[in-house]
Amino acid sequence: MSTSREKVLGRIRQSLRRGPLEEQTRARLEARLSAHATHSRIAFTADAVERFIDKAQSQAATVARVASAAQVPDAVADYLKSHNLPATVAAAPALRGIEWPRHLTVAFGATRGEHEAAVTPCLAAVAETGSLVLLSGEDSPTTLNLLPDNHIVIVNRSQVVRDFETVWQTLRERDAPLPRAVNLITGPSRTADIEQTIQLGAHGPRRVHIILVDDGEGSG
Amino acid sequence: MQFTSVDFQRNVSKALNDPFLQQALQRGMHGFVGKRADAVSAVPEFEQLRDEARDIKNHTLTYLDYYLEKFEASVTRLGGHVHWASDAREARELVLEICRKAKAKTITKGKSMAGEEIDLNEALEAAGHEVVETDLGEYIIQLAKEPPSHIIAPAVHKTRDQVSDLFHEHHRALGFEQRLTEVPALVDEARQVLRRKFLSADVGITGANFLIAETGSNVIVTNEGNGDLTSTLPRVHVVTAGIEKVLPTLEDMTVLMRVLARSATGQEASTYTTVFSGPRRAGDRDGPEEYHVVLIDSGRTAILGGEFQDILRCIRCGACLNHCPVWGSVGGHAYGWCYSGPMGAVLTPLLKDLEAAKHLPNACTLNGRCEQNCPVRIPLPALLRKLRHRQYEARLTSAMTRYGLRLWTFLATRPALYRLAFAAVARSLRVLGGRRGALSRVPFAGGWTAGRDLPVPQGTTFQSQWRARNES
Repeated sequence: MSTSREKVLGRIRQSLRRGPLEEQTRARLEARLSAHATHSRIAFTADAVERFIDKAQSQAATVARVASAAQVPDAVADYLKSHNLPATVAAAPALRGIEWPRHLTVAFGATRGEHEAAVTPCLAAVAETGSLVLLSGEDSPTTLNLLPDNHIVIVNRSQVVRDFETVWQTLRERDAPLPRAVNLITGPSRTADIEQTIQLGAHGPRRVHIILVDDGEGSG
Repeated sequence: MQFTSVDFQRNVSKALNDPFLQQALQRGMHGFVGKRADAVSAVPEFEQLRDEARDIKNHTLTYLDYYLEKFEASVTRLGGHVHWASDAREARELVLEICRKAKAKTITKGKSMAGEEIDLNEALEAAGHEVVETDLGEYIIQLAKEPPSHIIAPAVHKTRDQVSDLFHEHHRALGFEQRLTEVPALVDEARQVLRRKFLSADVGITGANFLIAETGSNVIVTNEGNGDLTSTLPRVHVVTAGIEKVLPTLEDMTVLMRVLARSATGQEASTYTTVFSGPRRAGDRDGPEEYHVVLIDSGRTAILGGEFQDILRCIRCGACLNHCPVWGSVGGHAYGWCYSGPMGAVLTPLLKDLEAAKHLPNACTLNGRCEQNCPVRIPLPALLRKLRHRQYEARLTSAMTRYGLRLWTFLATRPALYRLAFAAVARSLRVLGGRRGALSRVPFAGGWTAGRDLPVPQGTTFQSQWRARNES
């Protein structure tokens, strides 16, 4: 126990004109924490998937829709080709199960920025704001979301949720502590620090491309 | 940074006469107000969210000891370390010690107002570390050796031309020969320079927009992604945060996140909102091996529980700066410390020095736009008035003002005398104003008339008009 810790906690109690909390109050606060009470949400009537696409595009992400998971590899290859990118991607190890086309070189693992494009799955896609939710972990290194110029994210239709509250619920159902990083990503990196002119590609990806799989259930 | 609030009046004259600053403010500040208004009017729930945000913050402050202990326990469970700093000096020493142990050569920094508050960069550089600010705005002012002038747009006082000069001067040695002038090219050059720093840094230091007690997380909100790279690539991640940043749960944070992005930049969501919880896990292929959080008191507990507690709800969105006519005219540097505008005029006297910062609470027209736009409903004009009152009681108010107020009180509590006196004053001003209807000099108010004329009262006094109206 450091003395500064006791000093700060002591000052807090002194300022609030009370001693340490009584058992009853602590129990009430414990209950508040475990209730995970939600507050006002942003209401919308649109279909969640349509809203997600709208919002993501309004934040400069691009979206390609494919009918089934089998079409994902081609959609990735198409994206690379249309941006004149080499047929090489860094990919999250979680995507090893995909049957990648022979002409595409896929490096599974983290990146130090040597790759121009990365492909990752996500935990969820949030219709409220068009945000993607990505978890760090052995199967999905965070550097893939941040260092390559192009970030391609595979979203299954079933992963689209209405709001962030649903995401927190999903995370708790995993029954494990939060992963090191939960990234909520809304479009490509940007800055307005020079004369408040918005410029994409500040430090993170210059482009975020979403491949939305219409019959997709698994793989995330 | 140098603390120059005591020179506020001189700083203001300098700011008003600085053509670069005026140009930068004109170009940089016009967007904020409209963008926020659009974002807010798009969601009918916004006023309700503001109420909830206020209530969540108030609840957390009421049980701050409980939530901080909870936060500490959660971080420790994840393998992270929580350090407590009772003042700025202690906070600096804690961070320095972590960097020393990590044998840090290069340190990258995500924008942190807590870091500015405790003069962290100076301390780290004095200890021989290379410190690189990675938020583009912070990077620009680091090159210019200046403090930030705005919480969320630290280089808003710089014109593009000035940024061109700075990059040209500092990047030449790194192999960038050309002086670039367009925004995309400038951003791209900074990206290349800073990418190298991100990859070579040993320690990354960030602030926290929020701390989550339940999960032991720090939340960082950026548009550039620099906070994420700073927290992910180095071997050690250090978070510096004021103790008031803690919130109970992710659900509570969601409310604050919704009002923060809209109030700050008029976005529905910032590009990156990241919930970081502890160091890398077994099996992780990236992320820091060490995770430290330095909780900073440095004057906050003295505000807690008192008449200024409301200011501890502040989430540093910058909306009060963006809507303040005084800030808009003079920019942030004039205020003399890292916090400026209405929230700065409240925090600086309380956290730094009531006497040295005595001009700040008076540099306010009490127009109330700050309070109207504050996402957590801080009654800023009321707090500024209370500070003026405290100054008066501490005899920091000038003798002239004190006598003036006493004279006014004497008259105002004697209505008949008040009527007579003000009718007489109005009449004589009218005579003195002559045909021009204005005075270019008024005794005891030379400072006021130095920059403008005093228009003389027209017609009869308000009280006599009111009486006439009620009689008819």
